[in-house]
Amino acid sequence: MRKLLAQPASAQRLSVCLLAVALVLYPLVFSDAFYRDVGVTFLLAAISASAWNIVGGYAGQVSVGHSMFFGLGAYVPLLFYTLWGWPTVAGIPVGILLSVGLAVIIGLPTFRLSGHYFSMATIAVAELIRIFVGTWPLVGGAIGLQGPAMARGWWDLTFRGDLPYYYIFLAVLALVLATTFMLERRRFGYYLRAIKSSARAARSLGVPVRRVKLQALALSAAFTSAAGSLYGVKTGFIDPDSGFGILVSVQMVIFAALGGAGTLFGPLVGALILVPLQTAANTWFGGGGSGATFVIYGGIIVLIARFEPGGLFDLWRRLAPLLRRRAHAA
Amino acid sequence: MVLIQVIVGGLLLGAIYALFSSGLTLIWGMMNFINFAHGEFVMLGMYVALLVVVWLGGGPAAFGFAAAIALFALGVAVYALLIRHVVRGPMLAQILSSFGLALLLRYTAFWIFSANFVSLPQTSLAGTIAIGGVYLPVAQVVAGLVAVVLTIALHLLLTRSTLGSRLLAVAEDRTAAMLMGIRPDRMQALTWGLSAGAAGIAGALLATAYPWSPSVGETFGLLAFVTVALGGFGSVLGSLYAGLIIGLIEALSAYWLGAIYKDIVVYGLFVALLWLRPQGLMGKA
Repeated sequence: MRKLLAQPASAQRLSVCLLAVALVLYPLVFSDAFYRDVGVTFLLAAISASAWNIVGGYAGQVSVGHSMFFGLGAYVPLLFYTLWGWPTVAGIPVGILLSVGLAVIIGLPTFRLSGHYFSMATIAVAELIRIFVGTWPLVGGAIGLQGPAMARGWWDLTFRGDLPYYYIFLAVLALVLATTFMLERRRFGYYLRAIKSSARAARSLGVPVRRVKLQALALSAAFTSAAGSLYGVKTGFIDPDSGFGILVSVQMVIFAALGGAGTLFGPLVGALILVPLQTAANTWFGGGGSGATFVIYGGIIVLIARFEPGGLFDLWRRLAPLLRRRAHAA
Repeated sequence: MVLIQVIVGGLLLGAIYALFSSGLTLIWGMMNFINFAHGEFVMLGMYVALLVVVWLGGGPAAFGFAAAIALFALGVAVYALLIRHVVRGPMLAQILSSFGLALLLRYTAFWIFSANFVSLPQTSLAGTIAIGGVYLPVAQVVAGLVAVVLTIALHLLLTRSTLGSRLLAVAEDRTAAMLMGIRPDRMQALTWGLSAGAAGIAGALLATAYPWSPSVGETFGLLAFVTVALGGFGSVLGSLYAGLIIGLIEALSAYWLGAIYKDIVVYGLFVALLWLRPQGLMGKA
């Protein structure tokens, strides 16, 4: 019995190691620019979905406006460069600080109320910021901002190929996942899960519900902002829709929910499945495919909600023992 | 004179906001569920009106009725196939279900109708009327007045009729209602039908006076949130007042600040409300 119980854990550790090795080697094996670009897109999606997961998955506070943090993170470095010619790298911590501040402003009033208010507030604030930025010429208005065309030094984070970005993104992803992993095992992680299953029960057991929710949101906002900054400096261009658009938020939610919201590797698995699919759809259908992509996204989200709210990880957790039993029987 | 025209125009549009927002507040009050696809119901009501006019040559009464019936049916179907299975499940499933539905409806509409703005061909409501120097399009006046009447009718249906009591009984205590011989699933399907039907008629009314594209669903959905937040969750009368107020605020901010800023003012109001008075004007704390 003990052996059986130990088996999945060691298998899990092994698969995590294999995944890490695969991710490190991927751009070296697939050195074609196209494959490297897909890799970078995947890493970025995995970072932001994993960041969303901290508050949306673990704490069960479903934000549908995380693009506000992503957009802030993307805008600030490019704004620093455009306004004063400062190195873009200096904008990243400022973006993180602003995002944390914004998280507190939204979290303070809405976390007193039921979870629906939080979801509505996030979508409204994200929309508010998107429209506001689009009408403000100082931050580029509807046209957006551009980063440095030529790097003046490493501090502009402007590289010619995708390889440096790939490893920077991979390091950030590792940081997000390691932080989540540590939180999972600490008291904070237990608090989050308690709040998710019942905020009232958690409060009656002495969990400081509001403070814990706020901390989770702030941490999630910080990482999402970092993801936005990485996107901004890599693309070298940002406009209201690609920074604050509703689809930026949707992608974080769908990647996390498909893989399994509230699990460590769920968002990564979701991104691993959907990013190549999305790339393939865009290649086959051209630019016109984007509309169809979102029809499919909507369909997937509805199906997950209806049949597998726990995502693929939950499905696997239920199926794995059955498959194992069948393998033993055979 | 121009200011009066702006104010009256804002109130008339606000009446339509009130009508579709009352559908959203109904679902929230009865089922403690936030429907992110509500704006898409309004948008679909607009396209139903267009199809009835273009294909069948129907007049305003016909397409208003058709939009109500079609969206009522859609609301019942959405409840039976999707919402019924998630409404007592985890929060994530609840929010994802209606959010995913919103995306599905919005982008399917993009796919079918394209992103271009469309408007109804000339209906029998063309022309303007002048009252004491204030010029208003007939369509706008009729749409606004019909919306007020329908919102009040919905309020009366919920508070004065046996059916309304049954709906409330299910919302209050499902088990007790079941013991009294009320079928909760049927009542909640009806709630969804009424909610979507209200959105559908509101869409048809909007279509008589304003051009639109598939993306208006997002705008109207957010407007409905703001209206419901202002009027108080679960209060139809509250959303009537709130709808009128928001129509007015929108019209005045567009007049004084410029059309782009009206959304900023309205969403800013929403955020301020969440801070200061989350239970809304009429809601209980």
